[in-house]
Amino acid sequence: MAIELKMPALSPTMEEGKLTQWLVKEGDAVVSGDILAEIETDKATMEFEAVDEGTIAKIIVNDGAEGVKVGTIIALLASDDEDASEAQPAATPAPAAAETPDEGEGAGSDKPAVPAQLENAERKAVTDPQIPDGTEMKSVTVREALRDAMAEEMRRDDRIFILGEEVAEYQGAYKVTQGLLDEFGGRRVIDTPITEYGFAGIGAGAAMGGLRPIVEFMTFNFAMQAIDHIINSAAKTNYMSGGQMRCPVVFRGPNGAASRVGAQHSQNYASWYSHVPGLVVIAPYDAADAKGLLKAAIRCEDPVVFLENELIYGRNFDLPDLDDHVLPIGKARIVRKGGDVTIVSYSIGVGLSLEAADQLAEEGIDAEVIDLRTLRPLDRQAILDSLARTNRVVVVEEGWPQCSIASEVIAICMQDGFDDLDAPVLRVCNEDVPMPYAANLEQVALINSAQIVAAVKRVCYRD
Amino acid sequence: MPRAAKSKAKTRKSAGDDPSNSDFALRSLQEAHAADPRYKANRKKLLELYEQMLLIRRFEEKAGQLYGLGLIGGFCHLYIGQEAVAVGLQSALEPGKDSVITGYRDHGHMLAYGIDPKVIMAELTGRQAGISKGKGGSMHMFSTEHGFYGGHGIVGAQVPLGAGLAFAHQYREDGGVTLSYFGDGAANQGQVYETFNMASLWKLPIIFVIENNQYAMGTAVKRSSAETEFYRRGTAFRIPGMDVNGMDVLEVRKAAEVAIEYVRGGNGPVLMELNTYRYRGHSMSDPAKYRSREEVKDVREHNDPIERAKKELLKMGESEDSLKAIDKSIRAKVGAAADFAESSPEPDLSELYTDVLVERY
Repeated sequence: MAIELKMPALSPTMEEGKLTQWLVKEGDAVVSGDILAEIETDKATMEFEAVDEGTIAKIIVNDGAEGVKVGTIIALLASDDEDASEAQPAATPAPAAAETPDEGEGAGSDKPAVPAQLENAERKAVTDPQIPDGTEMKSVTVREALRDAMAEEMRRDDRIFILGEEVAEYQGAYKVTQGLLDEFGGRRVIDTPITEYGFAGIGAGAAMGGLRPIVEFMTFNFAMQAIDHIINSAAKTNYMSGGQMRCPVVFRGPNGAASRVGAQHSQNYASWYSHVPGLVVIAPYDAADAKGLLKAAIRCEDPVVFLENELIYGRNFDLPDLDDHVLPIGKARIVRKGGDVTIVSYSIGVGLSLEAADQLAEEGIDAEVIDLRTLRPLDRQAILDSLARTNRVVVVEEGWPQCSIASEVIAICMQDGFDDLDAPVLRVCNEDVPMPYAANLEQVALINSAQIVAAVKRVCYRD
Repeated sequence: MPRAAKSKAKTRKSAGDDPSNSDFALRSLQEAHAADPRYKANRKKLLELYEQMLLIRRFEEKAGQLYGLGLIGGFCHLYIGQEAVAVGLQSALEPGKDSVITGYRDHGHMLAYGIDPKVIMAELTGRQAGISKGKGGSMHMFSTEHGFYGGHGIVGAQVPLGAGLAFAHQYREDGGVTLSYFGDGAANQGQVYETFNMASLWKLPIIFVIENNQYAMGTAVKRSSAETEFYRRGTAFRIPGMDVNGMDVLEVRKAAEVAIEYVRGGNGPVLMELNTYRYRGHSMSDPAKYRSREEVKDVREHNDPIERAKKELLKMGESEDSLKAIDKSIRAKVGAAADFAESSPEPDLSELYTDVLVERY
């Protein structure tokens, strides 16, 4: 039985082409790798190679034929053990031809129903664990809470190690890793050269290889050099491998504006990372959340971007003195209950929102403040539940406005909370400029509690 | 002045009267390889390597054909011509102990590691039975079971990722080494040199393999690279280099043994340059106008790794008929893989949202 040679698709977009020229004629013997013909595609002129061995029995489509559809039989090849003169096309239609129905113009619009995103009903109900009565509260800084989270997890699991610039001997550029080298030694607390792209890749690779790396970026501004590994290597691997290869790595470090360090060192990357399916993105505000969520991030099987804030490192908060304080990822927290308006924020914006809420209380407006804590997966339900009670939302974000977390929260309110809204959702974001250095300019570029108060008054129609 | 002091020290070092000095060590593997370049394979061993190379060749030819039929979409980069590299190197590894990582031209490395051609072909056609459930495609395939860590589509990314795998071997003290393949194109990526630095600094058990197939997509090596002798590029990081003929599976195998022994011994990384040639375009849609048809033909006719092994097997007493029978059975195996890949179903739509994250939150 003859082997059918079909018009090949020679580019991802080719549907038909021109058979420019045959380089063999009937009766020629060919072996795999021989060039049979030149074919002009939508992009270029390509060579068409033989795969099978045999003799060209019949050329069906001749030189110069244009508009030859992909899959058309263009020649017959007799295999070595048959007579070329008797070669006949195979009786059965080619699978490709059978599977390529003539798609009309609108074929692409018949998109089948997209399955719903995976929801897990049990997880929806998950809340922060109850703190047992009589638990002592300790006042600790966020810096200490983060350090303790890492140290506790490293004691539990030898697969965990930390690498980054100045994490070991220097004790951390911002002292978050203070004391870790002394306790865990140079095998597990590793100073790197200043090569973010390289060591982020090494961290992701080590995670693929079965370890639990914590990669510290001195700040997330420098992680832009490494963003390819965070997104293309870490976030996409589980999906691309059909769930076979995981990448349980934590990328952490300070994010957002610090103080007077100028445009290249003052940027909030929350929306960049929260854009990416396959990542978990966490941005805690206080010490208890920082500790409980960092511990959860280290234990988690998914890649996590953990965004800290330099200006909060030194702040003291109450932390329950528990042996194992772990919090659920993906759950927002109501940090202040209120009935008149919902202020949604995260990271340093939470502190400003609480300040604003106190001022608003003096003016008779009872604001609820929600700390998102996890930015991906975003706790949509917490936002919508609060909106349903207060009917008014202001989003507060220390970062640029366009395509921000605030944009996303507003979209959620519009799409799924529209009927509950009594006023447009407003956002309070940084000014839409690179961060200036001059003290007065920097001050006006950043958000403050007065702006939040003003925005809340507007949505309450009290301005 | 520090500069003068440095160059003085350099002069002293390169005087070379101390055979144990490290400049000597940088060349020692190359010298060891040059002194005894070919693996002494018996007929059975060479036949085994031949069959593996032939499987890759026939598989890739079939993949090219299925692409032409529209059954494989997107990008598809074939390994035809380079078979001796993956087969020679990986035959020297210990499966279950070592790890392998590569770029997007990954079919050959998977086949050389004994991964079932059916699940590879089914991935190429985007089917549920594919090794990545049809969600990865030609460039993104993995088999952690075999110690094969991809299959990475971003040029050069596999180099630091490979160093991470090597870091894990070292951390666990499991004796494993990592083979990280990349091309002459990727060899110009900055992250490669960041990785060389850390791998050498930390003495990671990794072999960096530059598969120099002469063209970075359409750009010839000499048009893109200031130093075209890629094996020398580790020198600045004190990584010994090896210049290897990648068109002879026995030379590749022997070089691999030299490199593996050094790396497994805890001496840090090795950089191997495997000089090879790709017969097909960069991807299926590459018309390859940057080189002449004669150039390709010349390599095919005079330097083909499979033909070389075949000639040697005939000389060793293997019969034409038995080699024909081998080709037939490999064609049948590849044909069966293609049938499987065409006939198995596409992924269920419910797979769209699976595997995005491992856990539920």
